[in-house]
Amino acid sequence: MAKPYLSLDHISKTFVRGGVKSEVLRDINLTIGKGEYVSIIGHSGCGKSTLLNLIAGLSDVTTGAVLLEDREVNEPGPDRAVVFQNHSLLPWLTVYENVSLAVNKVFGGKKSKAERHDWIMHNLSLVHMGHAVAKRPAEISGGMKQRVGIARALAMEQKILLLDEPFGALDALTRAHLQDSVMEIHMSLGNTMIMITHDVDEAVLLSDRIVMMTNGPSATIGEVLKVDLPRPRSRLDMVNNRTYASARAEVLEFLYARHKAPALAA
Amino acid sequence: MALAVVKSESDAPQAVTVSVKTTPKAAGEPQIVAFKAARKSVWSDAVAPRLKGAAVAVVPPLLVVLVLLVVWQIAFSRPGATLPAPTVVWKEANDLILQPFFVNGSQDIGLGWRVLTSLERVAYGFGLAAAVGILVGAVIGQSVWAMRGLDPIFQVLRTVPPLAWLPISLAAFRDANPSAIFVIFITAVWPIIINTAVGIRNIPQDYRNVAQVLRLNQIEFFFKVMLPSAAPYIFTGLRIGVGLSWLAIIAAEMLTGGVGIGFFIWDAWNSSRLPDIIVALLYIGVVGFVLDRLISALATFITRGTSAN
Repeated sequence: MAKPYLSLDHISKTFVRGGVKSEVLRDINLTIGKGEYVSIIGHSGCGKSTLLNLIAGLSDVTTGAVLLEDREVNEPGPDRAVVFQNHSLLPWLTVYENVSLAVNKVFGGKKSKAERHDWIMHNLSLVHMGHAVAKRPAEISGGMKQRVGIARALAMEQKILLLDEPFGALDALTRAHLQDSVMEIHMSLGNTMIMITHDVDEAVLLSDRIVMMTNGPSATIGEVLKVDLPRPRSRLDMVNNRTYASARAEVLEFLYARHKAPALAA
Repeated sequence: MALAVVKSESDAPQAVTVSVKTTPKAAGEPQIVAFKAARKSVWSDAVAPRLKGAAVAVVPPLLVVLVLLVVWQIAFSRPGATLPAPTVVWKEANDLILQPFFVNGSQDIGLGWRVLTSLERVAYGFGLAAAVGILVGAVIGQSVWAMRGLDPIFQVLRTVPPLAWLPISLAAFRDANPSAIFVIFITAVWPIIINTAVGIRNIPQDYRNVAQVLRLNQIEFFFKVMLPSAAPYIFTGLRIGVGLSWLAIIAAEMLTGGVGIGFFIWDAWNSSRLPDIIVALLYIGVVGFVLDRLISALATFITRGTSAN
Protein backbone atom coordinates (compact mmCIF):
# COMPACT_ATOMS: atom_id res chain seq x y z
CA MET A 1 0.00 0.00 0.00
CA ALA A 2 1.09 3.54 -0.75
CA LYS A 3 2.25 5.84 2.01
CA PRO A 4 -0.53 7.50 3.99
CA TYR A 5 -1.96 10.43 2.08
CA LEU A 6 -5.02 11.05 4.16
CA SER A 7 -5.20 9.71 7.66
CA LEU A 8 -8.07 9.72 10.10
CA ASP A 9 -6.58 9.58 13.56
CA HIS A 10 -8.82 8.44 16.41
CA ILE A 11 -11.75 10.49 15.23
CA SER A 12 -14.94 10.75 17.20
CA LYS A 13 -17.93 12.96 16.69
CA THR A 14 -20.52 13.85 19.29
CA PHE A 15 -23.51 16.02 18.56
CA VAL A 16 -25.01 18.04 21.39
CA ARG A 17 -28.57 19.07 20.84
CA GLY A 18 -30.70 20.56 23.60
CA GLY A 19 -28.30 19.34 26.27
CA VAL A 20 -28.50 15.76 25.00
CA LYS A 21 -25.22 14.32 23.80
CA SER A 22 -25.22 11.68 21.12
CA GLU A 23 -22.02 10.06 19.97
CA VAL A 24 -22.29 9.30 16.29
CA LEU A 25 -18.76 8.15 15.52
CA ARG A 26 -16.20 6.65 17.88
CA ASP A 27 -12.53 5.97 17.38
CA ILE A 28 -12.27 5.96 13.61
CA ASN A 29 -8.79 5.11 12.34
CA LEU A 30 -8.06 4.90 8.67
CA THR A 31 -5.24 5.72 6.32
CA ILE A 32 -5.73 6.18 2.63
CA GLY A 33 -2.96 6.14 0.02
CA LYS A 34 -2.64 8.47 -2.91
CA GLY A 35 -4.71 7.37 -5.87
CA GLU A 36 -6.73 4.92 -3.84
CA TYR A 37 -10.46 4.46 -4.32
CA VAL A 38 -12.06 3.80 -0.95
CA SER A 39 -15.74 3.17 -0.35
CA ILE A 40 -17.44 3.58 2.98
CA ILE A 41 -20.48 1.38 3.32
CA GLY A 42 -22.94 0.88 6.14
CA HIS A 43 -26.61 0.97 7.01
CA SER A 44 -28.37 4.30 7.01
CA GLY A 45 -27.83 6.23 10.22
CA CYS A 46 -24.40 4.75 10.82
CA GLY A 47 -22.69 8.08 10.38
CA LYS A 48 -21.19 7.57 6.91
CA SER A 49 -22.18 11.02 5.75
CA THR A 50 -21.03 12.53 9.05
CA LEU A 51 -17.63 10.97 8.46
CA LEU A 52 -17.48 12.43 4.95
CA ASN A 53 -18.45 15.85 6.29
CA LEU A 54 -15.61 15.59 8.81
CA ILE A 55 -13.11 14.83 6.04
CA ALA A 56 -14.57 17.63 3.93
CA GLY A 57 -14.26 19.95 6.92
CA LEU A 58 -17.93 20.87 6.75
CA SER A 59 -18.22 19.89 10.40
CA ASP A 60 -15.60 19.67 13.13
CA VAL A 61 -14.29 16.53 14.78
CA THR A 62 -14.98 16.24 18.52
CA THR A 63 -11.71 14.42 19.19
CA GLY A 64 -8.96 13.19 16.92
CA ALA A 65 -7.73 14.70 13.69
CA VAL A 66 -8.04 14.49 9.93
CA LEU A 67 -4.59 14.75 8.38
CA LEU A 68 -4.07 15.39 4.68
CA GLU A 69 -0.42 15.11 3.68
CA ASP A 70 0.44 15.34 7.39
CA ARG A 71 -1.41 18.61 7.80
CA GLU A 72 -4.53 18.89 9.90
CA VAL A 73 -7.65 19.97 8.07
CA ASN A 74 -10.43 21.63 10.01
CA GLU A 75 -12.18 23.76 7.42
CA PRO A 76 -13.64 23.03 4.02
CA GLY A 77 -11.57 23.71 0.95
CA PRO A 78 -11.33 22.95 -2.74
CA ASP A 79 -8.51 20.46 -2.08
CA ARG A 80 -11.24 18.15 -0.76
CA ALA A 81 -13.91 18.68 -3.38
CA VAL A 82 -17.27 17.13 -2.64
CA VAL A 83 -19.72 15.60 -5.07
CA PHE A 84 -22.96 16.02 -3.18
CA GLN A 85 -25.71 13.45 -3.13
CA ASN A 86 -28.24 15.77 -4.73
CA HIS A 87 -25.74 17.42 -7.10
CA SER A 88 -26.12 20.85 -5.40
CA LEU A 89 -25.77 22.79 -8.61
CA LEU A 90 -26.81 26.41 -8.33
CA PRO A 91 -30.05 26.51 -10.34
CA TRP A 92 -29.65 30.11 -11.51
CA LEU A 93 -26.35 29.35 -13.22
CA THR A 94 -25.85 27.41 -16.44
CA VAL A 95 -23.85 24.21 -16.51
CA TYR A 96 -20.82 26.19 -17.68
CA GLU A 97 -21.26 28.88 -15.03
CA ASN A 98 -21.58 26.30 -12.27
CA VAL A 99 -18.20 24.87 -13.17
CA SER A 100 -16.67 28.26 -13.87
CA LEU A 101 -17.69 29.49 -10.41
CA ALA A 102 -15.40 26.82 -8.99
CA VAL A 103 -12.65 27.27 -11.57
CA ASN A 104 -12.55 31.06 -11.26
CA LYS A 105 -12.38 30.79 -7.50
CA VAL A 106 -9.65 28.17 -7.40
CA PHE A 107 -7.58 29.29 -10.39
CA GLY A 108 -8.55 32.95 -10.56
CA GLY A 109 -4.99 34.20 -10.03
CA LYS A 110 -3.14 31.27 -11.51
CA LYS A 111 -4.62 30.75 -14.94
CA SER A 112 -5.46 33.15 -17.74
CA LYS A 113 -9.04 33.55 -18.88
CA ALA A 114 -8.48 31.38 -21.94
CA GLU A 115 -6.77 28.69 -19.87
CA ARG A 116 -9.64 28.68 -17.42
CA HIS A 117 -12.15 28.36 -20.26
CA ASP A 118 -10.22 25.41 -21.68
CA TRP A 119 -10.04 23.82 -18.24
CA ILE A 120 -13.80 24.18 -17.73
CA MET A 121 -14.52 22.67 -21.13
CA HIS A 122 -11.98 19.92 -20.52
CA ASN A 123 -13.66 18.89 -17.30
CA LEU A 124 -17.12 19.04 -18.78
CA SER A 125 -16.04 16.84 -21.67
CA LEU A 126 -14.48 14.38 -19.19
CA VAL A 127 -17.98 13.72 -17.90
CA HIS A 128 -19.45 13.90 -21.42
CA MET A 129 -21.33 17.13 -20.79
CA GLY A 130 -19.55 19.31 -23.33
CA HIS A 131 -22.73 19.54 -25.40
CA ALA A 132 -24.94 21.11 -22.73
CA VAL A 133 -22.82 23.98 -21.41
CA ALA A 134 -25.53 26.62 -21.90
CA LYS A 135 -28.31 24.67 -20.19
CA ARG A 136 -29.55 25.34 -16.70
CA PRO A 137 -29.76 22.51 -14.16
CA ALA A 138 -33.56 22.45 -14.42
CA GLU A 139 -33.28 21.64 -18.13
CA ILE A 140 -31.11 18.54 -17.81
CA SER A 141 -31.73 15.08 -16.36
CA GLY A 142 -30.70 13.89 -12.90
CA GLY A 143 -27.80 11.89 -14.28
CA MET A 144 -26.55 14.86 -16.25
CA LYS A 145 -26.77 17.09 -13.19
CA GLN A 146 -24.64 14.66 -11.24
CA ARG A 147 -22.15 14.58 -14.14
CA VAL A 148 -21.86 18.35 -13.90
CA GLY A 149 -21.48 18.03 -10.12
CA ILE A 150 -18.57 15.64 -10.72
CA ALA A 151 -17.07 17.98 -13.34
CA ARG A 152 -17.28 20.86 -10.89
CA ALA A 153 -15.48 18.83 -8.24
CA LEU A 154 -12.84 17.56 -10.69
CA ALA A 155 -12.23 21.08 -11.95
CA MET A 156 -11.02 22.13 -8.50
CA GLU A 157 -7.94 19.94 -9.08
CA GLN A 158 -8.53 18.49 -5.66
CA LYS A 159 -6.27 16.23 -3.67
CA ILE A 160 -9.16 14.06 -2.60
CA LEU A 161 -12.50 13.70 -4.28
CA LEU A 162 -15.27 13.03 -1.78
CA LEU A 163 -18.41 11.45 -3.20
CA ASP A 164 -21.45 11.44 -0.92
CA GLU A 165 -23.75 8.74 -2.28
CA PRO A 166 -23.20 10.24 -5.70
CA PHE A 167 -25.43 7.84 -7.59
CA GLY A 168 -28.08 7.27 -4.93
CA ALA A 169 -30.74 9.40 -6.55
CA LEU A 170 -30.36 7.92 -10.02
CA ASP A 171 -32.08 5.07 -11.81
CA ALA A 172 -30.13 1.82 -12.26
CA LEU A 173 -29.11 2.35 -15.88
CA THR A 174 -27.98 5.92 -15.40
CA ARG A 175 -26.16 4.83 -12.28
CA ALA A 176 -24.23 2.19 -14.22
CA HIS A 177 -23.25 4.76 -16.85
CA LEU A 178 -21.99 7.16 -14.23
CA GLN A 179 -20.12 4.46 -12.34
CA ASP A 180 -18.32 3.61 -15.58
CA SER A 181 -17.53 7.29 -16.10
CA VAL A 182 -16.12 7.60 -12.60
CA MET A 183 -13.99 4.48 -13.07
CA GLU A 184 -12.71 5.89 -16.34
CA ILE A 185 -11.81 9.18 -14.67
CA HIS A 186 -10.13 7.38 -11.77
CA MET A 187 -8.12 5.29 -14.22
CA SER A 188 -6.94 8.22 -16.31
CA LEU A 189 -6.40 10.86 -13.62
CA GLY A 190 -5.45 8.64 -10.70
CA ASN A 191 -7.51 10.68 -8.22
CA THR A 192 -7.79 9.71 -4.63
CA MET A 193 -11.46 9.11 -4.04
CA ILE A 194 -13.62 8.40 -1.04
CA MET A 195 -17.16 7.35 -1.78
CA ILE A 196 -20.05 6.92 0.59
CA THR A 197 -22.47 4.30 -0.62
CA HIS A 198 -25.06 1.81 0.51
CA ASP A 199 -24.88 -0.25 -2.66
CA VAL A 200 -22.77 -3.38 -2.26
CA ASP A 201 -22.20 -3.96 -5.99
CA GLU A 202 -21.18 -0.37 -6.50
CA ALA A 203 -18.70 -0.59 -3.64
CA VAL A 204 -17.11 -3.81 -4.90
CA LEU A 205 -16.97 -2.73 -8.54
CA LEU A 206 -15.41 0.67 -7.92
CA SER A 207 -13.23 0.33 -4.85
CA ASP A 208 -9.72 -0.68 -3.99
CA ARG A 209 -10.82 -1.01 -0.40
CA ILE A 210 -14.24 -1.12 1.21
CA VAL A 211 -14.61 0.30 4.70
CA MET A 212 -17.56 -1.29 6.48
CA MET A 213 -19.14 0.65 9.30
CA THR A 214 -20.87 -0.85 12.31
CA ASN A 215 -24.27 0.45 13.29
CA GLY A 216 -24.69 3.62 15.30
CA PRO A 217 -24.83 5.15 17.81
CA SER A 218 -21.09 5.24 18.38
CA ALA A 219 -20.43 3.65 15.02
CA THR A 220 -16.91 2.73 14.09
CA ILE A 221 -15.07 0.87 11.37
CA GLY A 222 -16.02 -2.79 11.58
CA GLU A 223 -13.87 -4.22 8.83
CA VAL A 224 -11.83 -3.10 5.87
CA LEU A 225 -11.95 -5.31 2.80
CA LYS A 226 -9.34 -5.13 0.06
CA VAL A 227 -10.81 -5.74 -3.37
CA ASP A 228 -8.10 -7.43 -5.39
CA LEU A 229 -9.45 -6.97 -8.87
CA PRO A 230 -7.28 -5.73 -11.73
CA ARG A 231 -8.24 -2.48 -13.43
CA PRO A 232 -9.79 -1.58 -15.75
CA ARG A 233 -12.76 -3.48 -14.44
CA SER A 234 -15.67 -4.22 -16.67
CA ARG A 235 -19.13 -4.63 -15.32
CA LEU A 236 -19.76 -7.64 -17.57
CA ASP A 237 -16.56 -9.47 -16.63
CA MET A 238 -17.53 -9.25 -13.00
CA VAL A 239 -20.65 -11.37 -13.43
CA ASN A 240 -18.71 -14.62 -13.19
CA ASN A 241 -15.60 -13.37 -11.44
CA ARG A 242 -14.75 -15.33 -8.29
CA THR A 243 -12.90 -12.57 -6.51
CA TYR A 244 -15.79 -10.23 -7.17
CA ALA A 245 -18.32 -12.76 -5.93
CA SER A 246 -16.42 -13.50 -2.75
CA ALA A 247 -15.84 -9.81 -2.00
CA ARG A 248 -19.50 -9.18 -2.56
CA ALA A 249 -20.42 -12.11 -0.32
CA GLU A 250 -18.15 -10.82 2.40
CA VAL A 251 -19.69 -7.36 2.41
CA LEU A 252 -23.20 -8.82 2.38
CA GLU A 253 -22.21 -11.11 5.25
CA PHE A 254 -21.00 -8.12 7.24
CA LEU A 255 -24.05 -5.96 6.52
CA TYR A 256 -26.82 -8.50 6.84
CA ALA A 257 -25.54 -11.23 9.13
CA ARG A 258 -23.18 -9.65 11.63
CA HIS A 259 -24.32 -6.03 11.62
CA LYS A 260 -27.96 -6.03 10.70
CA ALA A 261 -29.74 -2.71 10.48
CA PRO A 262 -31.28 -1.93 13.88
CA ALA A 263 -34.78 -2.23 12.45
CA LEU A 264 -34.02 -5.62 10.88
CA ALA A 265 -32.31 -6.98 13.99
CA ALA A 266 -35.36 -6.37 16.14
CA MET B 1 -63.95 -2.70 -38.65
CA ALA B 2 -60.48 -3.35 -40.01
CA LEU B 3 -61.75 -6.61 -41.46
CA ALA B 4 -64.19 -4.77 -43.69
CA VAL B 5 -61.35 -2.87 -45.27
CA VAL B 6 -59.30 -5.99 -45.95
CA LYS B 7 -62.25 -7.81 -47.47
CA SER B 8 -62.99 -5.11 -50.00
CA GLU B 9 -59.36 -4.82 -51.04
CA SER B 10 -60.14 -5.99 -54.59
CA ASP B 11 -62.42 -3.00 -55.09
CA ALA B 12 -60.16 -0.05 -54.45
CA PRO B 13 -62.64 2.89 -54.49
CA GLN B 14 -65.01 1.06 -52.22
CA ALA B 15 -62.23 0.25 -49.82
CA VAL B 16 -61.50 3.94 -49.46
CA THR B 17 -65.08 4.87 -48.72
CA VAL B 18 -65.42 2.03 -46.25
CA SER B 19 -62.26 2.94 -44.38
CA VAL B 20 -63.16 6.61 -44.19
CA LYS B 21 -66.60 5.82 -42.94
CA THR B 22 -65.43 3.33 -40.36
CA THR B 23 -62.52 5.27 -38.87
CA PRO B 24 -64.58 7.50 -36.58
CA LYS B 25 -66.15 4.43 -35.05
CA ALA B 26 -62.93 2.44 -34.91
CA ALA B 27 -59.94 3.33 -32.74
CA GLY B 28 -58.70 5.64 -35.47
CA GLU B 29 -59.01 8.94 -33.65
CA PRO B 30 -55.34 9.95 -33.80
CA GLN B 31 -55.68 9.97 -37.61
CA ILE B 32 -58.55 12.37 -37.42
CA VAL B 33 -56.67 14.69 -35.14
CA ALA B 34 -53.67 14.60 -37.45
CA PHE B 35 -55.91 15.39 -40.40
CA LYS B 36 -57.30 18.45 -38.68
CA ALA B 37 -53.87 19.65 -37.60
CA ALA B 38 -52.62 19.49 -41.16
CA ARG B 39 -55.28 21.94 -42.26
CA LYS B 40 -54.40 24.50 -39.60
CA SER B 41 -53.16 27.83 -40.89
CA VAL B 42 -51.03 30.48 -39.18
CA TRP B 43 -54.28 32.15 -38.23
CA SER B 44 -55.75 29.19 -36.38
CA ASP B 45 -52.35 28.14 -34.97
CA ALA B 46 -50.96 31.32 -33.54
CA VAL B 47 -53.19 34.35 -33.94
CA ALA B 48 -56.59 32.98 -32.96
CA PRO B 49 -55.58 31.45 -29.60
CA ARG B 50 -53.80 34.64 -28.66
CA LEU B 51 -56.76 36.78 -29.58
CA LYS B 52 -58.95 34.44 -27.63
CA GLY B 53 -56.61 34.63 -24.65
CA ALA B 54 -56.58 38.42 -24.79
CA ALA B 55 -60.35 38.52 -25.05
CA VAL B 56 -60.74 36.21 -22.06
CA ALA B 57 -58.50 38.52 -20.05
CA VAL B 58 -59.97 41.83 -21.19
CA VAL B 59 -63.67 41.32 -21.79
CA PRO B 60 -64.84 40.33 -18.27
CA PRO B 61 -63.20 43.30 -16.48
CA LEU B 62 -64.48 45.64 -19.18
CA LEU B 63 -68.01 44.36 -18.65
CA VAL B 64 -67.71 44.80 -14.91
CA VAL B 65 -66.43 48.36 -15.33
CA LEU B 66 -69.33 49.11 -17.65
CA VAL B 67 -71.84 47.77 -15.14
CA LEU B 68 -70.23 49.75 -12.32
CA LEU B 69 -70.32 52.93 -14.39
CA VAL B 70 -74.01 52.44 -15.13
CA VAL B 71 -74.81 51.80 -11.47
CA TRP B 72 -72.75 54.83 -10.45
CA GLN B 73 -74.49 56.95 -13.11
CA ILE B 74 -77.93 55.90 -11.93
CA ALA B 75 -77.10 56.34 -8.26
CA PHE B 76 -75.68 59.85 -8.50
CA SER B 77 -77.53 61.50 -11.36
CA ARG B 78 -80.48 62.75 -9.27
CA PRO B 79 -80.33 66.44 -8.28
CA GLY B 80 -78.59 67.09 -4.94
CA ALA B 81 -76.33 64.05 -5.20
CA THR B 82 -73.25 64.35 -2.97
CA LEU B 83 -70.84 62.91 -5.52
CA PRO B 84 -70.56 63.60 -9.27
CA ALA B 85 -71.83 60.99 -11.72
CA PRO B 86 -69.47 59.64 -14.42
CA THR B 87 -70.87 61.95 -17.07
CA VAL B 88 -70.23 64.96 -14.82
CA VAL B 89 -66.69 63.77 -14.15
CA TRP B 90 -66.09 63.44 -17.86
CA LYS B 91 -67.60 66.83 -18.65
CA GLU B 92 -65.67 68.75 -16.02
CA ALA B 93 -62.38 66.91 -15.87
CA ASN B 94 -61.81 65.34 -19.27
CA ASP B 95 -58.85 67.65 -19.85
CA LEU B 96 -57.07 65.88 -17.00
CA ILE B 97 -57.64 62.52 -18.65
CA LEU B 98 -56.98 63.54 -22.24
CA GLN B 99 -53.97 65.78 -21.63
CA PRO B 100 -51.85 64.37 -18.85
CA PHE B 101 -48.87 66.60 -19.68
CA PHE B 102 -50.14 70.18 -20.07
CA VAL B 103 -48.37 73.05 -18.30
CA ASN B 104 -50.35 76.23 -17.65
CA GLY B 105 -48.24 77.69 -14.89
CA SER B 106 -46.31 76.44 -11.89
CA GLN B 107 -49.36 75.08 -10.03
CA ASP B 108 -51.60 74.29 -13.01
CA ILE B 109 -49.98 71.26 -14.60
CA GLY B 110 -51.23 67.95 -15.99
CA LEU B 111 -51.70 64.95 -13.75
CA GLY B 112 -48.97 63.11 -15.63
CA TRP B 113 -46.42 65.64 -14.36
CA ARG B 114 -47.76 65.36 -10.84
CA VAL B 115 -47.59 61.59 -10.93
CA LEU B 116 -44.00 61.84 -12.19
CA THR B 117 -43.10 64.16 -9.30
CA SER B 118 -44.58 61.69 -6.85
CA LEU B 119 -42.84 58.81 -8.60
CA GLU B 120 -39.52 60.62 -8.30
CA ARG B 121 -39.95 60.76 -4.52
CA VAL B 122 -40.98 57.12 -4.50
CA ALA B 123 -37.91 56.25 -6.56
CA TYR B 124 -35.59 57.87 -4.00
CA GLY B 125 -37.40 56.55 -0.94
CA PHE B 126 -38.04 53.09 -2.30
CA GLY B 127 -34.59 52.80 -3.84
CA LEU B 128 -33.04 53.62 -0.48
CA ALA B 129 -35.41 51.21 1.26
CA ALA B 130 -34.48 48.43 -1.17
CA ALA B 131 -30.74 48.91 -0.70
CA VAL B 132 -30.89 49.23 3.08
CA GLY B 133 -33.59 46.57 3.42
CA ILE B 134 -31.67 43.93 1.48
CA LEU B 135 -28.41 44.61 3.33
CA VAL B 136 -29.98 44.66 6.79
CA GLY B 137 -32.14 41.66 5.88
CA ALA B 138 -29.03 39.78 4.79
CA VAL B 139 -27.31 40.49 8.10
CA ILE B 140 -30.36 39.43 10.08
CA GLY B 141 -30.83 36.32 7.99
CA GLN B 142 -27.19 35.32 8.48
CA SER B 143 -26.73 36.06 12.14
CA VAL B 144 -28.81 34.48 14.87
CA TRP B 145 -27.81 37.21 17.33
CA ALA B 146 -28.69 40.08 15.01
CA MET B 147 -31.98 38.31 14.45
CA ARG B 148 -32.68 37.99 18.18
CA GLY B 149 -31.71 41.57 18.86
CA LEU B 150 -33.36 43.33 15.96
CA ASP B 151 -36.40 41.29 15.02
CA PRO B 152 -38.62 42.30 17.98
CA ILE B 153 -37.80 45.97 17.36
CA PHE B 154 -38.61 45.66 13.68
CA GLN B 155 -41.84 43.87 14.44
CA VAL B 156 -42.93 46.82 16.57
CA LEU B 157 -41.72 49.53 14.21
CA ARG B 158 -43.27 48.01 11.12
CA THR B 159 -46.77 48.40 12.54
CA VAL B 160 -46.37 52.20 12.88
CA PRO B 161 -48.51 53.81 10.16
CA PRO B 162 -46.57 55.87 7.58
CA LEU B 163 -48.10 59.19 8.55
CA ALA B 164 -47.15 58.79 12.19
CA TRP B 165 -43.53 59.20 11.08
CA LEU B 166 -44.22 62.45 9.27
CA PRO B 167 -44.08 64.96 12.18
CA ILE B 168 -40.81 63.50 13.45
CA SER B 169 -39.49 63.44 9.93
CA LEU B 170 -40.47 67.09 9.37
CA ALA B 171 -38.84 68.07 12.64
CA ALA B 172 -35.63 66.27 11.71
CA PHE B 173 -35.31 67.36 8.07
CA ARG B 174 -37.10 70.76 8.26
CA ASP B 175 -38.11 70.39 4.62
CA ALA B 176 -41.09 68.78 2.93
CA ASN B 177 -39.30 66.82 0.21
CA PRO B 178 -36.76 64.85 2.27
CA SER B 179 -39.46 64.27 4.88
CA ALA B 180 -41.74 62.70 2.29
CA ILE B 181 -38.86 60.57 1.01
CA PHE B 182 -38.06 59.47 4.55
CA VAL B 183 -41.68 58.48 5.16
CA ILE B 184 -41.60 56.31 2.05
CA PHE B 185 -38.32 54.78 3.11
CA ILE B 186 -39.47 53.95 6.62
CA THR B 187 -42.74 52.49 5.32
CA ALA B 188 -41.25 50.33 2.61
CA VAL B 189 -38.14 49.11 4.38
CA TRP B 190 -39.74 46.64 6.85
CA PRO B 191 -41.27 44.13 4.48
CA ILE B 192 -38.03 44.18 2.46
CA ILE B 193 -35.91 43.50 5.54
CA ILE B 194 -38.18 40.77 6.85
CA ASN B 195 -38.61 38.98 3.52
CA THR B 196 -34.91 39.16 2.73
CA ALA B 197 -34.07 37.72 6.14
CA VAL B 198 -36.50 34.84 5.64
CA GLY B 199 -35.14 34.21 2.14
CA ILE B 200 -31.60 34.08 3.44
CA ARG B 201 -32.47 31.80 6.30
CA ASN B 202 -34.04 29.49 3.72
CA ILE B 203 -30.92 29.15 1.57
CA PRO B 204 -30.49 25.38 1.28
CA GLN B 205 -27.60 23.95 3.29
CA ASP B 206 -26.36 22.41 0.03
CA TYR B 207 -25.60 25.83 -1.43
CA ARG B 208 -23.83 26.86 1.75
CA ASN B 209 -21.76 23.68 1.59
CA VAL B 210 -20.79 24.41 -2.00
CA ALA B 211 -19.78 27.93 -1.01
CA GLN B 212 -17.75 26.58 1.91
CA VAL B 213 -15.94 23.99 -0.19
CA LEU B 214 -15.11 26.72 -2.71
CA ARG B 215 -14.10 29.03 0.13
CA LEU B 216 -16.19 31.89 -1.23
CA ASN B 217 -15.62 34.98 0.88
CA GLN B 218 -18.48 37.01 2.36
CA ILE B 219 -18.81 39.33 -0.62
CA GLU B 220 -18.69 36.54 -3.19
CA PHE B 221 -21.16 34.55 -1.13
CA PHE B 222 -23.50 37.54 -0.94
CA PHE B 223 -23.56 38.19 -4.68
CA LYS B 224 -23.17 34.67 -6.05
CA VAL B 225 -25.25 32.60 -3.67
CA MET B 226 -27.29 34.67 -1.23
CA LEU B 227 -28.88 37.19 -3.58
CA PRO B 228 -29.85 34.74 -6.34
CA SER B 229 -31.04 32.13 -3.88
CA ALA B 230 -33.11 34.57 -1.83
CA ALA B 231 -34.28 36.52 -4.90
CA PRO B 232 -37.85 35.19 -4.91
CA TYR B 233 -38.28 36.22 -1.27
CA ILE B 234 -36.54 39.55 -1.78
CA PHE B 235 -38.85 40.37 -4.67
CA THR B 236 -41.90 39.54 -2.59
CA GLY B 237 -40.62 42.08 -0.10
CA LEU B 238 -39.92 44.62 -2.82
CA ARG B 239 -43.40 44.15 -4.23
CA ILE B 240 -45.06 44.74 -0.89
CA GLY B 241 -42.66 47.62 -0.31
CA VAL B 242 -43.44 49.41 -3.56
CA GLY B 243 -47.17 49.12 -2.85
CA LEU B 244 -46.69 50.61 0.60
CA SER B 245 -44.48 53.38 -0.82
CA TRP B 246 -47.21 54.41 -3.17
CA LEU B 247 -49.74 54.42 -0.32
CA ALA B 248 -47.39 56.46 1.84
CA ILE B 249 -46.46 59.10 -0.73
CA ILE B 250 -50.08 60.05 -1.43
CA ALA B 251 -50.78 60.49 2.27
CA ALA B 252 -47.52 62.33 2.92
CA GLU B 253 -48.02 64.72 0.00
CA MET B 254 -51.48 65.61 1.22
CA LEU B 255 -49.83 67.02 4.31
CA THR B 256 -46.56 68.36 2.97
CA GLY B 257 -47.91 70.07 -0.15
CA GLY B 258 -45.85 70.66 -3.29
CA VAL B 259 -46.70 69.39 -6.74
CA GLY B 260 -47.35 65.68 -6.21
CA ILE B 261 -50.56 63.82 -7.00
CA GLY B 262 -51.34 63.56 -3.28
CA PHE B 263 -51.30 67.29 -2.84
CA PHE B 264 -53.42 67.66 -5.97
CA ILE B 265 -56.19 65.67 -4.29
CA TRP B 266 -55.97 67.75 -1.14
CA ASP B 267 -55.99 70.94 -3.20
CA ALA B 268 -58.97 69.76 -5.24
CA TRP B 269 -60.84 68.90 -2.02
CA ASN B 270 -60.19 72.39 -0.65
CA SER B 271 -61.54 73.96 -3.83
CA SER B 272 -64.45 71.49 -4.10
CA ARG B 273 -63.34 69.99 -7.43
CA LEU B 274 -64.71 66.50 -6.82
CA PRO B 275 -64.48 65.33 -10.47
CA ASP B 276 -60.74 66.14 -10.37
CA ILE B 277 -60.34 63.98 -7.28
CA ILE B 278 -62.03 61.07 -8.99
CA VAL B 279 -59.73 61.35 -12.01
CA ALA B 280 -56.73 61.58 -9.68
CA LEU B 281 -57.86 58.40 -7.90
CA LEU B 282 -57.91 56.70 -11.27
CA TYR B 283 -54.34 57.83 -11.96
CA ILE B 284 -53.15 56.65 -8.57
CA GLY B 285 -54.76 53.25 -9.01
CA VAL B 286 -53.33 52.73 -12.47
CA VAL B 287 -49.84 53.86 -11.47
CA GLY B 288 -49.88 51.63 -8.37
CA PHE B 289 -50.94 48.71 -10.53
CA VAL B 290 -48.18 49.41 -13.04
CA LEU B 291 -45.56 49.67 -10.27
CA ASP B 292 -46.64 46.32 -8.88
CA ARG B 293 -46.52 44.70 -12.30
CA LEU B 294 -43.12 46.21 -13.04
CA ILE B 295 -41.56 44.69 -9.92
CA SER B 296 -43.32 41.43 -10.59
CA ALA B 297 -42.04 41.35 -14.20
CA LEU B 298 -38.54 42.17 -12.99
CA ALA B 299 -38.80 39.33 -10.50
CA THR B 300 -39.86 36.83 -13.16
CA PHE B 301 -37.03 37.99 -15.37
CA ILE B 302 -34.34 37.81 -12.71
CA THR B 303 -35.46 34.68 -10.89
CA ARG B 304 -36.27 32.64 -13.98
CA GLY B 305 -33.52 30.17 -13.08
CA THR B 306 -34.27 29.91 -9.40
CA SER B 307 -37.98 29.40 -9.53
CA ALA B 308 -37.60 26.70 -12.16
CA ASN B 309 -35.98 24.42 -9.62
